[in-house]
Formats: sequence, C-alpha cells, structure tokens
Amino acid sequence: MLAVKDIDVYYGAIHALKKLSINVEQGSIVTLIGANGAGKSTTLKTVSGITRPKSGSIIFKDEDITRVLPEKIVGRGISQVPEGRRIFAAMSVIENLEMGAFLRKKKSEIDEDIEMVFTRFPRLKERRKQTAGTLSGGEQQMLAIGRALMAKPELMLMDEPSMGLAPLLVKEIFDIIKDINSQGTTILLVEQNANMALSIADYAYVIETGEIVLQGNAKELMHSEEVKKAYLGG
Amino acid sequence: MLEFAQQIVNGLSLGAIYALIALGYTMVYGIIKLINFAHGDIMMVGALVGYFSLTLLGTNIFVAMLAAMIACAVFGVLIEKIAYRPLRNSTRIAALITAIGVSLFLEYFTIFLFGPAQKVFPETAFPIKAYAVGGLSILNKDVFVFVSAVVLMLILQYIIKWTKTGKAMRAVSLDREAAVLMGISVDKTISITFAICSALAAAAGVMLGVYYNTVNPLMGIIPGLKAFVAAVLGGIGIIPGAMVGGFVMGLLETMVSGYGNSLYRDAVAFGVLIFILLIKPSGIFGEDTGEKV
Ligand SMILES: Nc1ncnc2c1ncn2[C@@H]1O[C@H](COP(=O)(O)OP(=O)(O)OP(=O)(O)O)[C@@H](O)[C@H]1O
Ligand SMILES: [Mg+2]
Repeated sequence: MLAVKDIDVYYGAIHALKKLSINVEQGSIVTLIGANGAGKSTTLKTVSGITRPKSGSIIFKDEDITRVLPEKIVGRGISQVPEGRRIFAAMSVIENLEMGAFLRKKKSEIDEDIEMVFTRFPRLKERRKQTAGTLSGGEQQMLAIGRALMAKPELMLMDEPSMGLAPLLVKEIFDIIKDINSQGTTILLVEQNANMALSIADYAYVIETGEIVLQGNAKELMHSEEVKKAYLGG
Repeated sequence: MLEFAQQIVNGLSLGAIYALIALGYTMVYGIIKLINFAHGDIMMVGALVGYFSLTLLGTNIFVAMLAAMIACAVFGVLIEKIAYRPLRNSTRIAALITAIGVSLFLEYFTIFLFGPAQKVFPETAFPIKAYAVGGLSILNKDVFVFVSAVVLMLILQYIIKWTKTGKAMRAVSLDREAAVLMGISVDKTISITFAICSALAAAAGVMLGVYYNTVNPLMGIIPGLKAFVAAVLGGIGIIPGAMVGGFVMGLLETMVSGYGNSLYRDAVAFGVLIFILLIKPSGIFGEDTGEKV
C-alpha cells in the first residue's frame, strides 16, 4: 500500500534519513522503532509531505506522491497523529474533530463520524464543548486520534501515541490502535515503547541514525537478542 | 455628568474605527507573526477609493464603503503575495522592515499619483445632522460610524467562530503544521486573512473620511499607530482584545481632548503604549509568555 523507496532527507547539513526504505502492506500494523533522534518523526513527516526528500520516492496505492503538496496528502487517504498530539488548543473538542474532516464536504456524514468518534471515546463526548487545551494528556491523545480518524484515512501514521501517558492509558491507547486496524485502517506506528509496539504490530523496522538496521516479523523481532538488548531493556 | 456622557458618545465612534483597524493588526499578527506596518496605509487607500467613488462615480456612502472594501481586499492579498510571502521563512525583522517599506511606498506613491493635498469629503455624501437625545447632542455621522463598525465586527465574529474559513484561520494561527496535516492550505488561509483585514481597514478609512471630513495620503499614519497601540493594549493576536483596545483608545482620546488639551491626545496614545510595554507587555487579555511584540 505504501512504499517508501531509498529516501534521503536533510535538515540543512544534517543527513536525517539515509536511503531509507519501508513497506506497509494493506491492512497491517507496521511499527518503526528507534531511539531519540533516530529519524522516526522525519520519516512520517516526509510521507505527509511536510519535509521533502532530496532523492528517493514515496508510492501510495500505486501513485507517486513524493511531490504532492502536504495539504493534499490527507485527501489521498493518509492522515497523521503527530508527535506531541498537536491538537488545536484554543479550539473546542468538536472544532478539532471538524478540522480533521476539513476536506470532506457532506455535513451529515461528518456529524455521523463525530458521533462515531464519541462512541469510541466517551470522555470526549462529555467534553465536546470544552477547549481542547484544558483536556488531560490522555484525552488530548484520544482527540488527536479522533481527529485523524475524521479524515476517513486508509493509512494512519501515528507518532509516539503513548508518549507521556500512564501505563494504564498506554494500554488503552494500544487497544484502540488495534481496534482501528481491525476495522480496516492500515497503520504505520512510530514508537519508543518498543515492547508494546512490537506486541501489536505485524511487521517492524528498527531505525538508527537515519538508517534501517533491522527488520522483520514483529513477533520474531521481539525475541531477537539484538532488539532485546537495545530496546527492550535486556 | 452630562458633559462626561457627551465625551463617551463622541469617543465611541472614534473607538469603533480604531477597533476595526486594530483587528487587522491583531489577525495578521496572529497568523504570520508580523506587525503589518502598512496596515494604516491600506486604510488610507480605502479612504481614497471611497472618496473617488463618492466624487467621480457619485455613489452613496454605503456603495463607496463597499467599493473600498472590495478594492482593498484585493490589494491586501496582492501586498501579501508580492511583499510578505517571499519572506515567510526569513527572520521576523526582515519582514518587519519590508512592512515599513511597503508603508512608505504606499504613502509616497499615493502622493505621487494624487498630490499631497487634503481632499474634502463632499458635503452631499453625508449631510450632517444633530439629534438631541436627553440633553446629549448626537451626530448622525457618529451613529453611522458606530453602527457600521459594530455590524462589521459582528460579521467578523460570525466568520471566525462559525464558518469553515474562520475555523481554518484559527487553526493556522494556532499550529500551522498541524493545520497542513488537516488538508488546510496555509497560503490560501493567509490570503483570506489579508483580504478580510484589508477590507475592514478600508471600511475604517471611509468612516474616518466621514468622521474628519477629509482624506489625504498620510492620514493612515497616526490612526494606524493608535490602532496598533490598541491591538497591543488588548493583547496582540487576541481578537476581542483588539476591539476592547480600540474603544479604550478612542474614548481616551476624546477624554483627553475634551478635558485636557487636544494637543496632547497623540502623546497620550504613545504614553499608553510605553505604559503597557512596561507593566504588561502581553496586553490586557494576554498571558505572560515572556515573548510577544
Ligand atoms: N526541523 C529540524 N531542523 C533541524 N534538524 C532537525 C529538525 N527536525 C529534526 N532534526 C534532526 O533530525 C534528526 C531526526 O529527528 P527526528 O525528529 O526525526 O527523530 P525521532 O526519531 O522522531 O526522535 P524522537 O524519538 O526524539 O521523537 C535528529 O538529529 C534531529 O535533531
Ligand atoms: Mg519523533
């Protein structure tokens, strides 16, 4: 479904991604794990068009989207839950969800989907009129996920959705990811919480300083000595 | 007491004009973090368009205002595209200097085209009447200015709060990158913001023409600066703040003229600026973040 082929991304002189390639099969959960500064967010930003690769290509559903404008990417069926949630803090919960559906036209369908998000996240429903910035961290993460769902994406990019959350909430978020996937949305999940990510993923990539150093079936990687030592705390 | 009420009546229309201009400063700042120093001059261009619409085309004042608003909406979009957009990713000081350059260009190019002289708003465009209401004398021009300004502010509030365009403007102001991920075009949204802000300035310019009965190429400077002070007073980037700040500045000015000495009214405006910058740089409605302005 998504094929990232040999992309090189630079920030000025910093060579952030080096000939990086990843593949995401339709219907799967693929995870990209790695340490701070490895290039995980850069990978997702490049797929979303926010950063531009110097070389290489990005193919989505057999179309080359490498040079597509960033604001057009979501219309192609790829939405992102960005790192740090990035909800619109001074807007209400409902308005945030409406923004997620910005390119969609049919008001009635949008309203239906807002209700669907509320069924999935009842806590957001109670706070529908509340300013998003006043939500708790977990609620903000749910809002960020809900907002990305409002685009009706075929592929959802998620950047460290468990960041800064209590263990119980982390589990809840991962259950939600699994559930979203089981309803047909393909997921590319970036995580530092390698253990959790590998436990729900089908396939995994390990990134180090801009390069994929390891890849394979997620369950197998979980038991590989290398991954255990570097990312799973022994 | 009656005297005081009369000053308030006088100040409200001037305050409404400042509020309209201040909104433009604050909204442009909100979306591209630029103090658009040419904003007062866009108001002047609006006043001139209104003047020519009244004198050359012989339209009534409402048509003149509408013509000024449409012309300046287009004009504001062009200024942003030509002068500011190429600098979007450069330093803020570079953009600021460009804005000052645009301001000077508009002032002196207008002088070059039409000469520096005052142009008198035709009497027939707005015959002045005074109404006596409970001991107060209320001029029809003050009512006209106040009511049209309030109507425009209500329309603006509606756009910002309820329409998709308004929500996109707020989203881009809050988090440009996240807005892009939603499919919002930042360029388009900034263009719309300039169109709206310039149209409001144009309306204010025509109102100022009615208020002072004259227009001239440098008429944007002082009201522009006062509206800028109003925007800072309310908290730059905060829309209700700009409205409140505008009314405060208008009332303050008429009070100073009425009770003190009208020669000091401009000095007082800048005294206010210095005072806020010393006491609460983020303005009445702003949160203190250390940065800003
Ligand atoms: N806007 C930027 N300008 C310059 N360098 C950047 C920028 N964004 C990221 N980098 C650099 O690129 C490299 C990859 O950063 P990236 O944010 O992709 O890492 P990450 O794997 O997401 O890290 P984290 O786990 O901390 O989120 C880092 O060295 C980072 O310092
Ligand atoms: Mg990151």
